[in-house]
Amino acid sequence: MTIIDKTADVPAPRGSNDESGPLLEVRDLHVEFHTRDGVAKAVNGVNYNVSAGETLAVLGESGSGKSVTAQAIMGILDMPPGRIPKGEILFRGQDMLKMSNEERRQIRGQKIAMIFQDALSSLNPVLSVGYQLGEMFRVHKGMSKKDAKAKAIALMDRVRIPAAKERINDYPHQFSGGMRQRIMIAMALALEPDLIIADEPTTALDVTVQAQVMDLLAELQRDFNMGLILITHDLGVVADVADKIAVMYAGRIVETAPVHEIYKRPAHPYTKGLLESIPRLDQKGQELYAIKGLPPNLLHVPSGCAFNPRCTMAQDICRTDIPALLPVTERDGTELVGRGSACHFWKETIHG
Amino acid sequence: MPETLKETTPDPTVEATAAPVPAAAAGKPRSLWSDAWHDLRRSPLFVVSAILIVFLLVMAVFPGLFTGADPRYADLAHHYLQKPKWGNFFQEDWFGYDIQGRSIYARVVYGARASIMVAVVVTVLVTVLGTVVGMLAGYFGGWIDTILSRVTDIFFGVPFILGAMVVLTSFAERHIWVVILALAFLGWTQIARVARGSVLTIKQADYVMAAKALGASTTRILLRHILPNAIAPVIVVATIALGGYISAEATLSFLGIGLAEPTVSWGVDISSGQEQLRNAAFVLIIPSVMVSITVLAFIMLGDAVRNALDPKLR
Amino acid sequence: MGRYVARRLLQMIPVFLGSTMLVFAMMYALPGDPVRALAGEQTVDPAQIAAMKHKLGLDLPLWHQYWNYLTGLFHWDFGTEIASGRPVADTIADAFPITIRLALFAFLFTVIVGISMGVFAGLKADTLRDRGLLILTLLLISVPSFVLGFLGQYLFAFQLGWVDPNVSAEANWSELFLPAVVLGSLSLAYVARLTRTSVAENLRADYMRTAVAKGLPRRRVVGVHLMRNSMIPVVTFLGTDLGALLGGAVVTEGIFNVQGVGRAVFGALQHREGATVVGIVTLIVIVYLVTSLLVDLLYAVLDPRIRYA
Repeated sequence: MTIIDKTADVPAPRGSNDESGPLLEVRDLHVEFHTRDGVAKAVNGVNYNVSAGETLAVLGESGSGKSVTAQAIMGILDMPPGRIPKGEILFRGQDMLKMSNEERRQIRGQKIAMIFQDALSSLNPVLSVGYQLGEMFRVHKGMSKKDAKAKAIALMDRVRIPAAKERINDYPHQFSGGMRQRIMIAMALALEPDLIIADEPTTALDVTVQAQVMDLLAELQRDFNMGLILITHDLGVVADVADKIAVMYAGRIVETAPVHEIYKRPAHPYTKGLLESIPRLDQKGQELYAIKGLPPNLLHVPSGCAFNPRCTMAQDICRTDIPALLPVTERDGTELVGRGSACHFWKETIHG
Repeated sequence: MPETLKETTPDPTVEATAAPVPAAAAGKPRSLWSDAWHDLRRSPLFVVSAILIVFLLVMAVFPGLFTGADPRYADLAHHYLQKPKWGNFFQEDWFGYDIQGRSIYARVVYGARASIMVAVVVTVLVTVLGTVVGMLAGYFGGWIDTILSRVTDIFFGVPFILGAMVVLTSFAERHIWVVILALAFLGWTQIARVARGSVLTIKQADYVMAAKALGASTTRILLRHILPNAIAPVIVVATIALGGYISAEATLSFLGIGLAEPTVSWGVDISSGQEQLRNAAFVLIIPSVMVSITVLAFIMLGDAVRNALDPKLR
Repeated sequence: MGRYVARRLLQMIPVFLGSTMLVFAMMYALPGDPVRALAGEQTVDPAQIAAMKHKLGLDLPLWHQYWNYLTGLFHWDFGTEIASGRPVADTIADAFPITIRLALFAFLFTVIVGISMGVFAGLKADTLRDRGLLILTLLLISVPSFVLGFLGQYLFAFQLGWVDPNVSAEANWSELFLPAVVLGSLSLAYVARLTRTSVAENLRADYMRTAVAKGLPRRRVVGVHLMRNSMIPVVTFLGTDLGALLGGAVVTEGIFNVQGVGRAVFGALQHREGATVVGIVTLIVIVYLVTSLLVDLLYAVLDPRIRYA
């Protein structure tokens, strides 16, 4: 069991481009969906990486391609209509897109696991939670029913579900929302994977329960030294947990940054807009900012920078040229490690 | 009158849509019915079945348009079991002659009326009765529901064809209305169950609660709020059942207890054709094909309407 | 659960009484007089007929006759046939096993072929093979079973000579194959379509995505996670179907000359033997009631979200 990645034992939470080699690396990934109305380009050249013990938060509105990227990594995209025309997804240096179905299946659950948003619909309604948890051990480890059940109880204890032993034969609908999400987490955790992808793990939960579940997830990640990709649209959730952030818009990464820096100095107007639309105590009484307009239709992404119709800073160049994700520097040119922005006017945004 | 069946399907029972709008205003939210109509017109299933049904209805109402021959005129001497002349489209001898020397083509054309009339009238009766029973049971609940549901169960428990056989045997003369009443007497339970289930869900809807809170009368709630919204699954089931009644009429006639000579119906012809199965299979096969096509048309229509109305399947 | 079963059993009583009463009343209303028919063309002394009727209890009012019938049922006495003096129970004992065999055969055919076809199409919804199945099922539903019966007979018995057009009195399994296929074809089409829709719908469910993400092999994803959910509506349909197959056997038995209840009922109707008709319908109603109760219970087992109180 390789919980600790040998190459990543130098804790490098703030610098992902070190020599240790990331656990997972997504390179120039493109995903499109062929629908009756045309081709929807959901992901257009996404690059990101995660190392062991590191948490990457992928931020974006619905339709930004953040979940589609995750599904492409997991290999659970519906293909067709989905298609990956270009790109690489390297897991420990090996391109998963070139692997056989069986090889990929061996990775799923064992090496990379996923936590879904809505645990009620994501758990099988007619199988007991004990069965669904134990299934991981029975299928991947060839355990007997009895041993798998014991393991399942231990897992439920681990995610702090009260009276695990008594509730092992209960069905998903008999649990509360928070408890169900814990079961989802337990299931993802079962085989101690190297990487967990959590797709909006707390969106469906009450605010009070959200914090508990996030804390649990962070704690488990620390204990097992797993990589974590946290997909969310909620900037508030991210701050405490993530090491770095990638902001996505219309299938592209528009900004990357270590987590705390982005709150202080966003380098993309979109990120800035997102931050300004968070209600803050010190701005009581003022009108809350909202980014005007709607997320783009993926069938007809605006030319140039996809954000231009909603951007307050947009100039002519924004309507013609797609901005590349370029390193962000200080005013004097010193490099800001891990920061990048895909905006023609990033300088004005961060410094002006 | 039979025309209404085709039209009511996408018809705006809901006040929101005055006419089947060609959903041009994309921004405007479309109602279930106009949305369904929009989908229906693009569905090949619907187009094919609608054309077939219109064709069959015209045949039922104006058989004279299709043939000049008399379906009851028998010419044993010249036409005994004469084989079909497949090239002679719409001619008297197109489908050959039966054992009594009657034109099978003419009989098939004239047989449409009895078969379709039985099915259409039974469906109308069954839908009205079933909807009323189902709505009352579903809306009022309590002992009304208990009694109505038990009565429904009683009729549902009796096997359909077997029950119809018993009912029909108790009539000495079996003209068309007897067959209609017998089928309706046993058939309404299916609609009642569907309508009850549908009303049970809709009863909980906020707009019904709102109407109640605003002091709308029970009649008004039932007619204005419950009925228009509960009717969709009923229409689907009724359309499919219509096909079933065509089949049932033919089956009963075949068993010799449905319609009988001198009534001209497909079932009667199938029944009399079975003796010649070995030497002149066409006598039996041609009316059978007509029955099958008609049933198929209505089932396809029901399918198309269901696909259009059920957003889950889209 | 126990209370639910008890309540359902209690509810079955009025339904059972109602259904049998309904059939009983219809038979009572039948024209013609079985006793007079016995005498044929001869003129008989009306007093003699009255005496005979009195002996058989046929001069009593409807409710009284029904009461006598019911009390008889509790001693497995289904009454006596007027013409032959043979106990109806004997006729039933002769005919029922054959029909049950036919219906079970048709049921098995429906279940195995229908579910396989539905899964086959549902896994690849909206492809050519799915459309093909849809058309096939539409045809099976549209062609009345007696037409299908005749076509089968015409093709396999008269043209190809593979089977005998009539089923012998023994009604062997091999002889029943064609009738069973014909009888089951309508249900087969419904089962196939229901399975197809259910499979196609569940295929899109979130938990299916989870099952794949867990790294389960495809046969487990489909065989366990998909099937366990998809079979719920199919089982519900199948439960009410066995009763329907028994009832529908009337037509099929007529075509293939099977000596089952269909023939018996048909004969009894023509000879105005009310007791035989009521007896057979009663049994079919019981089968229907029991199977639908079993299905409801099975439903609760298959779907833990259903709770009966």
